[in-house]
Amino acid sequence: MDSPIESRRFKSVNRRELVKLTPALALGAFAIPKVQNYLLKAGLGFSDWASAAVFRSGHLAPTFSHSELTPFNRFPINDYDVDDPGVDLERWNLTVTGAVQKPGAYTQVQIQSLPKITQNTRHVCVEGWDVIGNFSGARLSDFLKMIGADTAAGFVTVQCADDYYESLDMATALHPQTLLCYEMYGQPLTREHGAPLRLTIPTKVGYKQAKYLTDLKVTRVLEKVGYWEDQGYSEFYGL
Amino acid sequence: MATRAIEIEDTKTGEVTEAVYEHPFIVRLCHWVNLVSLFVLVGSGLQIFRAFPSFGAKIPQKDLIHWPKAFALGGWLGGALQWHLTFMWIYIGTGLLYIGYQIFSGNYKQVLFVARDLPGVWPMVRHYFFFGPKPPVREAYNPLQKHAYTSAIGLGVLSVLTGIAIWKPVQFSLLAWTMGGFHYARLWHFIIMWAILAFVFGHLVMVILHGWNNFVSMLTGWKKDAEYPSK
Repeated sequence: MDSPIESRRFKSVNRRELVKLTPALALGAFAIPKVQNYLLKAGLGFSDWASAAVFRSGHLAPTFSHSELTPFNRFPINDYDVDDPGVDLERWNLTVTGAVQKPGAYTQVQIQSLPKITQNTRHVCVEGWDVIGNFSGARLSDFLKMIGADTAAGFVTVQCADDYYESLDMATALHPQTLLCYEMYGQPLTREHGAPLRLTIPTKVGYKQAKYLTDLKVTRVLEKVGYWEDQGYSEFYGL
Repeated sequence: MATRAIEIEDTKTGEVTEAVYEHPFIVRLCHWVNLVSLFVLVGSGLQIFRAFPSFGAKIPQKDLIHWPKAFALGGWLGGALQWHLTFMWIYIGTGLLYIGYQIFSGNYKQVLFVARDLPGVWPMVRHYFFFGPKPPVREAYNPLQKHAYTSAIGLGVLSVLTGIAIWKPVQFSLLAWTMGGFHYARLWHFIIMWAILAFVFGHLVMVILHGWNNFVSMLTGWKKDAEYPSK
């Protein structure tokens, strides 16, 4: 043990130790509204970066047996304004634009001519609930091949009949379980579930899986990210 | 483990007291940063929970509790997620710094509950809860304290692992599988939060009971007139 020190000196030792903790006060920046906004955006951005970094193209989302399916009538219907935006199913087609060799209007017949994939996968909502559903459709990657998409472009964006819009990073768009879905539970998509065409992406949260698709664009630059993302939700939100 | 100690001579009376250096700087820093992180993560977590306050089916939805908005942080689901996804990195960073420091400095011996501490648990429980005699104080932490703090660190690790399983149930599907999948991982994450809060409650009660001198040691590191021998 060291020789005794005066109590006054002990007080200054204590003060010095206390001052060392001041870096922790940096967290107080979160209490300043303008800085808070910036920091939370940075935090969300870093999380999105990490999400993209851990995404593995070859890693499949878990699939489930038929007995594990959530009954069709218990598969929730989430929309942001209307259950049925009144799509004219007879005259519907998907308008393709952007960095593709064959832009134009694609019909249901053309999309359904691509190999049909059926999968039982988990649908996870950002709210916290999850269901296991049965989805059938064409691989988005097959469709991108069909339209001659430039897969180096970076993003695929979609526009929906109800003014909803979404975007996907190319790695997720090319994932083998990412589907242009036209059937659920063996039946053509019902209007509430996004007839005639919706996205099914088991590697993404629910709000990325847009319904009532009308337009698809391959692009290098994102002007808007997505309906919810542009209000402050995660842009990548990979599961 | 020998604890650093000094003798202090009172300037006026000449009385000599002893003080021990109980909490190293990194431990104190992590403690206070973690206090903020836990506050934010629990508050925003409860706001996230409000978006679907259930662990069952969405249809039909049976809400578990209607958690009041006043005891939640973030204002709305998107805002709460921003807080949660920001502070989880601070929480993980603090946890790694703390655990790394404890291991490399050897300071973990002060707090890690080991088999040797087992016989001392019951006498402490008897003292705290059943008016039993106070066992002699030999170290900075008694066996029951070591048990509580070691468990708290374990809960912290589990909160991160269950959190990863909820956030990335596909990329970390094996981790999520060990918890019963996304659905149950969310339940575990919630239960672990309450376990941490139970620890915090007990911790606060003990801090209040042990008074100012003990509280100050988590700020300055030094504890005057410690009950245990310094060597």
